[in-house]
Amino acid sequence: MSDAESVADAGFDEWLEAAADGEAYFLECANGHGSLPPRRVCPDCGSTDLAESELPDTGNIQTFTVTHVPTPAFEEDAPYANAIADFGSVGITGQVIGVDPGDVETGMTVELEIAISETTAERVIGFRPA
Amino acid sequence: MSDVRVAGTGLTPFGNSPERTGRDLFAEASITAFEASGVPRDDVEAVLYGNFMGELSEHQGHQGPLMAEAAGVRAPATRYESACASSGTAVREAVKRIRNGENDVLLVGGAERMTNLGTAGATEALAIAADDLWEVRAGVTFPGAYALMAQAYFDEFGGEHEDLAHIAVKNHANALNNDKAQYQRAIEVSDVLEAPPVSEPLGLYDACPISDGAAALVLTSESYAEEHDLEAPVAITGTGQGGDRMALHDREHLARSPAARAAGEEAYADAGVDAGDVDLAEVHDCFTIAEVLALEALDLEPIGEGISAARDGRTTADGETPINLSGGLKAKGHPVGATGASQIAEVTDLLAGEHPNSEHVDGATTGVAHNAGGTVASATVHVLEVVA
Repeated sequence: MSDAESVADAGFDEWLEAAADGEAYFLECANGHGSLPPRRVCPDCGSTDLAESELPDTGNIQTFTVTHVPTPAFEEDAPYANAIADFGSVGITGQVIGVDPGDVETGMTVELEIAISETTAERVIGFRPA
Repeated sequence: MSDVRVAGTGLTPFGNSPERTGRDLFAEASITAFEASGVPRDDVEAVLYGNFMGELSEHQGHQGPLMAEAAGVRAPATRYESACASSGTAVREAVKRIRNGENDVLLVGGAERMTNLGTAGATEALAIAADDLWEVRAGVTFPGAYALMAQAYFDEFGGEHEDLAHIAVKNHANALNNDKAQYQRAIEVSDVLEAPPVSEPLGLYDACPISDGAAALVLTSESYAEEHDLEAPVAITGTGQGGDRMALHDREHLARSPAARAAGEEAYADAGVDAGDVDLAEVHDCFTIAEVLALEALDLEPIGEGISAARDGRTTADGETPINLSGGLKAKGHPVGATGASQIAEVTDLLAGEHPNSEHVDGATTGVAHNAGGTVASATVHVLEVVA
């Protein structure tokens, strides 16, 4: 991740920063389709008129897994639970934190919280049970 | 429109050979394919080659011309990259070229060198088939992504790990006679259930291995095959490709594969067949749940019922529609860039009566090959039929 330390990912890094400050957002087109940055075009309808909208405070876990064999970037973090949670019109993938991975369930209500990887000290999108 | 004949197939053994270069693997597969075809190398008009992780595993880009050279072919060459569907897309492009009259003879295939990366390195390399910013950086591995789909399937349609275990057991049983397979070893349901977890609910025996290997096909137009009196009874009669959003969380369905459905519908319509005509299929079972999603996407099983197909014997070697008689990715191995072309080779050999498992599909005339990229953001489907 040496490149990631020195080179910014426009759109994504700003989003992580905002989310860490409790100001997470999603992009919304004039037709109400939601998506995540960085993006210039709505993937649903092709609209180029995208505005930032506030992400709902809570989301619901749609599916999850507990990973025991990670990539080297998460070696010290395993086992950890990954989940896909729906926050209104967008889905987000993150790690479920603040709960034993074995206790994660589909339908669980979660709040977004930016966590730190034990392996790389990089920021990781987290979900904490609400 | 001319049928596209499969004049020759060639596979290396799939397995663990970290010392072998991609060029060595593809050379071997192409030699076998040329010998089987009776087509001289000088007649090849282009090489279409699939590869996914060459930059990471071999520090080698621009592999098209390198592989043409390795195969002893002087012709323009292009690499196709679509994750694990890389050589499926190469085959599709070749079919279109032959059909539109642009070419009469093509060398198509793929190779992947993976085991030299080790398990952690290969896991990291495979993960880049997912969305780097939004999935990989959240810790999603390739098995993890399929595990997310497996859990979603269980939640929506029911089923449990034991159902998936029957798929692994079936595919290992099919590989027993395939001397190109990485694992020629029977396993039992208990082996799958007791294996170490990788990404729950998937364990070690739900996953295909990390493999080295290559596949090559010599494809010709029908007119070339007839003029040169080739022994090429099997044709690719249908081709289709589908796409989906890259990240799983952006998909409409977490427990279905719309890209594979679109590819299948296109391929069936192209060939003028439907799922009921299919005698056998090679589907992309990189994980046990992937076989379930593939069967349902191809209409070989109703939505929500694919989970029981192996357990209830519908897809076993002696079932109604044998699936993955080669052993599938699960037991035959999955050198990712080679997989799509290898599936076409297996279906061809099965239909031609030249496969160790052909006895299970005696009289079969129609087969399907389904190749998926990443978490099925890409998919190709090909229909093969006995035409001569």
